[in-house]
Amino acid sequence: MSLINSVPENLVTAKLDEVLNWTRKSSVWYMLFGLACCAIEMMQTGGPRSDLDRFGAVPRATPRVSDLIIVSGTLTLKMALRTKLLYEQMPDPKYVISMGSCANCGGLFQLAYSVCDGVDKVIPVDVYVPGCPPRPEALTEGLLKLQDKIQQERWLVRAPRAADTAAA
Amino acid sequence: MNADAIDLDVRRETSRGLETEEMTLNMGPQHPSTHGVLRFVVKADGEVMRRAIPDIGYLHRSIEKIAEKVGYHGFMPYTDRVDYVSAMQCNQGWAMACEKLAGIEVPRKGEYCRVIACEFGRLASHLLSVGATGMDIGAVTPFTHAIREREYINDILEELCGARLTFNYMRIGGCAWDLPPGFVGRAVKFLDRFEPLIDEYNELISFNKIYVERLANVAVVSREMAIAWNLVGPNLRGSGVKYDVRKDAPYSVYPEFEFDVPVGTGERGTLGDSYDRYMVRMREMEESCKILRQALAGVPEGPVVAKVARMFKPPAGEVYVRVEASRGDMGWFVVSDGSAFPYRVHIRTGSFAAMAIIEELSKGLMIADLVAVIATLDIVAPEVDR
Amino acid sequence: MDIAEIHRRLRERLGNIVSPELEVKDWSLCDVKPQSIAEVCTILRDEPESAFDCLSNLSAVDRKSADTIEVYYHLFSYQHGHRLTLRAATPRPDPILPTVSHIWPIADWLEREAFDLMGVRFTGHPDLRRILMPEDWVGHPLRKDFVEPEEYHGISTRRESLLKL
Repeated sequence: MSLINSVPENLVTAKLDEVLNWTRKSSVWYMLFGLACCAIEMMQTGGPRSDLDRFGAVPRATPRVSDLIIVSGTLTLKMALRTKLLYEQMPDPKYVISMGSCANCGGLFQLAYSVCDGVDKVIPVDVYVPGCPPRPEALTEGLLKLQDKIQQERWLVRAPRAADTAAA
Repeated sequence: MNADAIDLDVRRETSRGLETEEMTLNMGPQHPSTHGVLRFVVKADGEVMRRAIPDIGYLHRSIEKIAEKVGYHGFMPYTDRVDYVSAMQCNQGWAMACEKLAGIEVPRKGEYCRVIACEFGRLASHLLSVGATGMDIGAVTPFTHAIREREYINDILEELCGARLTFNYMRIGGCAWDLPPGFVGRAVKFLDRFEPLIDEYNELISFNKIYVERLANVAVVSREMAIAWNLVGPNLRGSGVKYDVRKDAPYSVYPEFEFDVPVGTGERGTLGDSYDRYMVRMREMEESCKILRQALAGVPEGPVVAKVARMFKPPAGEVYVRVEASRGDMGWFVVSDGSAFPYRVHIRTGSFAAMAIIEELSKGLMIADLVAVIATLDIVAPEVDR
Repeated sequence: MDIAEIHRRLRERLGNIVSPELEVKDWSLCDVKPQSIAEVCTILRDEPESAFDCLSNLSAVDRKSADTIEVYYHLFSYQHGHRLTLRAATPRPDPILPTVSHIWPIADWLEREAFDLMGVRFTGHPDLRRILMPEDWVGHPLRKDFVEPEEYHGISTRRESLLKL
């Protein structure tokens, strides 16, 4: 019997949820999905000066073991189909950071015939980081915002079912 | 995705009565290497490859078509994205092509600023290439060293033009901004710090036995093959051909500087193997430092940009200009029809040929060597796909 | 020997296949009849005085108003330092050229790119298929009359203008 959404909300479960989320947000493993110029800035962010490892975020090569996919760079139409496949291969709960203008909305390549205008046309995005390319500080802030988002989630608390809300 | 060019798996009997089967593996487009989105369909017999068929186009951003829509001045930011690892030389290539079309002369100080920016860009690019080679082979630590040095170069270039990676520093007719006050002093201080570090990297990895074993005698490219396949830059010089556009077809103010052109010598293996290409890049970093010192010492006074009309309309014609980018000579073919928008732009890059030759080189290599070959040929996806 | 001399000898040998005018500049340019481009390139590579061992660039240009597609071959000689451009103009409705991939192996991919983006067909090419665009793409993008498709595999290529409030 699964623990998720099984417990009525009270102080203990809220605190348990917080601890659970704190452990999860402090070890967000991201998949190396560097497409273009933003990938270099992502590497620099993981480098010695502004270190992503201190937030617990380490790069992983395969989608099967990663929580986060940082879409860094321009998404072409040819690549968009593969991106959807990679996203589906990631296990739940998974998050997406769209890094850079090209991943947000097509960026300066909106005039192109072969570019998908934004990664949110293929996969749902949690955090958008603007910039061309975003500075390491900007990507770090994006990751911190994602951590805030993770902290707000509720797992143990029973979510209201459709029948309950209809009756109320 | 496309199976037309790929024949079916082949079963084979070995001498001991065991059956082996050729596998068709897919490598990419998402893979842990730093070279960008490249895909290989590898037909392997165990660990040894029969063929590695490259599949490109995953980063084709139609930069050449966009040139026809945004105009000459507006295309400058797009040239950064042609090779984002060393973006200054791409800026220079485009600026030089436009200047040649219209017969514009760049002021001396502008040329000096260009050389300083380009050589710093070359240092940054070679650092990333060397670090990525180490990482692909398995030595992860040199990559962090390289990234650390790149941060310092990014700081210097950020002082110059405000951006860390895609600079948009040059304009048609010169450079956008002058050297900031105190720049020369800080740049020289960086060089004083950086030059002894090259020896440190050599001690760390270049002469390390495992590193040499992984790279020496792997993917030997002979001189004739390198020329026929249009390999350029360190790939060509690693095969023994002493050709550098800065020396043999000089442009800008490069004739005023004294520097050497390092060539592969087959010191640890055969001439033209991966180790030669790697060492050429290490030595080129030393030469770039030499050029930088001379340039920083001799910066003249004056304006950095010539007067160019906002509606830039060069006369009709075509021009083919080559610049020595970090990955070899980059050819900029620009056709103008007299209007404010280019008629056709074609960029012939060094990584395109390097990607084409991999299918030829991969016969008989191991799968792990494929990664080393991609790294030492210094292929970046945006140059291949544009 | 300079480029003008090479051009003169080529005309002597091949006659009207090579145009009489040579535009002398950094990369001197001369026109060549499209059907014989492979013959001209073979001679230029094999003759010891010219020795053009490197195909530096191959670009296709869509001249819509003249109803031709021109293909520029930029040849370079590492031995002598010669630079030469050959231009072959093919009719736009049906652009066909013989391949030079048996002369310089890099032409394989350069011609595939010209086919993919401009639609020029190269006879004798070992494997002429799309290289940069997806396999099932329709149309040749760099042509002047190319119209972008509305969607690709369910992904819409139309985007609302970001300037609208």
